[in-house]
Amino acid sequence: MNPIARLISIARRKSPWIYTVNSGSCNGCDIEIGPCVSPRYDGEQIGMLRQGSPKHADILVVTGTLTKRSRQAVMDIYAQMPSPKAVVAVGSCPASGNVFAGSPTIDGPLDKYIPVDVWVPGCPPRPQLIIAGVAQAAELLASGRTADQQAKARAAR
Amino acid sequence: MTSLRIAFEVLVWPGLLGAAAFGFLYLWIARKLSARLQGRRGPPFYQPFFDFMKLLGKQTVVPRGANTSLFYALPFISVGATVFGLVIVPVPGNTAHSFPGDVVLLLYLLEMPVLCDVLAGYVSRSIYGQVSAMREAVMSLGYNLPFLAAVIAMAEQAGSFRLGDLQAMPFGPVTALAAIAFLLAIPARLKSNPFSIPNAEQEIGPGAHMEYNAVPLAMFELSHAMEVVLLFDAFFVIFCPSLHGVGAALAYVLAGMVLIVLVVLIAVTTARLTVTRAFRFYWVWGGVAACAAMVIAMIG
Repeated sequence: MNPIARLISIARRKSPWIYTVNSGSCNGCDIEIGPCVSPRYDGEQIGMLRQGSPKHADILVVTGTLTKRSRQAVMDIYAQMPSPKAVVAVGSCPASGNVFAGSPTIDGPLDKYIPVDVWVPGCPPRPQLIIAGVAQAAELLASGRTADQQAKARAAR
Repeated sequence: MTSLRIAFEVLVWPGLLGAAAFGFLYLWIARKLSARLQGRRGPPFYQPFFDFMKLLGKQTVVPRGANTSLFYALPFISVGATVFGLVIVPVPGNTAHSFPGDVVLLLYLLEMPVLCDVLAGYVSRSIYGQVSAMREAVMSLGYNLPFLAAVIAMAEQAGSFRLGDLQAMPFGPVTALAAIAFLLAIPARLKSNPFSIPNAEQEIGPGAHMEYNAVPLAMFELSHAMEVVLLFDAFFVIFCPSLHGVGAALAYVLAGMVLIVLVVLIAVTTARLTVTRAFRFYWVWGGVAACAAMVIAMIG
């Protein structure tokens, strides 16, 4: 690996910028994401910043069950993010539907539509766990092991 | 030899590398200090640099319908103008000679990043970007009254538009009043609280840079970092007493630290103003300080 690529790889680990999207959550997980950047948990220590635009973000944080109405919005937001990018699914809902499982209005799991790199379980998960999930996603970005990077590498081959 | 010296000045000191290092240091101090004042730990020392490097390593997405060449050109113009500005300011270690009228050139170059931001807001075709661009243009009309009047009062007092003459001028009542007017304009120029109106987060997202990403966004970040340095350079040269050798270098660093701490203290203890209030503040209080400086300069 040449020095510049190495530096960029370290930078990806040290600077995870997140964009959060609520795809039909009960708001529980969103309330837990707020404290991630508050004094008690302070995600900025690992460089984690919340961004207001998906174009600035490296990591898409999705909360809640994927509803039929939000499906296209989540896919659009994912497509708008510049590569390399990672997806962190927060809570049990994106994985299983949780208490909404079996409802006719939900669609999912999330990885049926966009590739998920890190699952953070819990209902809702604690902020420490969400920060850990983001840090793990940043680690994956640094080592080129996110689904997005691997798909790009396969296409290049 | 001359071309080598010019290359050194543009690329190393006081140009690109030196200013980027100082700029990232100032941005880190701003983030760390505001974190500490809010009871947080704050980011590590290298954070702004790694943010910049990470953005360089991303793939650029250009919004549909945007003018691609302009979309890419604006951040680079912003960086280029700021570097040009840095090179003409006689900070310690800069061997470039001051020439008549360089004050006017510096004022125009200071305006370039603002202009690029405004255009970037419109070019990106984002509604948030356009709101931000409009606010930034209005704000620049507001803070430029005390800002320009302060510099013109100093030039009137010195009787010349050379930065070298302004630097050599002895301290007096005009310097004090003009420095106040200049200081008032600094938070608005850096878009920090209470004048974080063009880039109001939670209100219009990241503002004019809404649609910018990857390398162009990295260039805007770099340009912002160097803009901080250029503004502090201008303050140092125009208002601080001129020293020689190590004393000048120490005074330069000290002035920068004091200014960034002041800006952060104001930013964390205030809330965002509306455009009207910010504008009124600048045209009333900034105007009073600037007019007083101007009147004393004219009489004295």
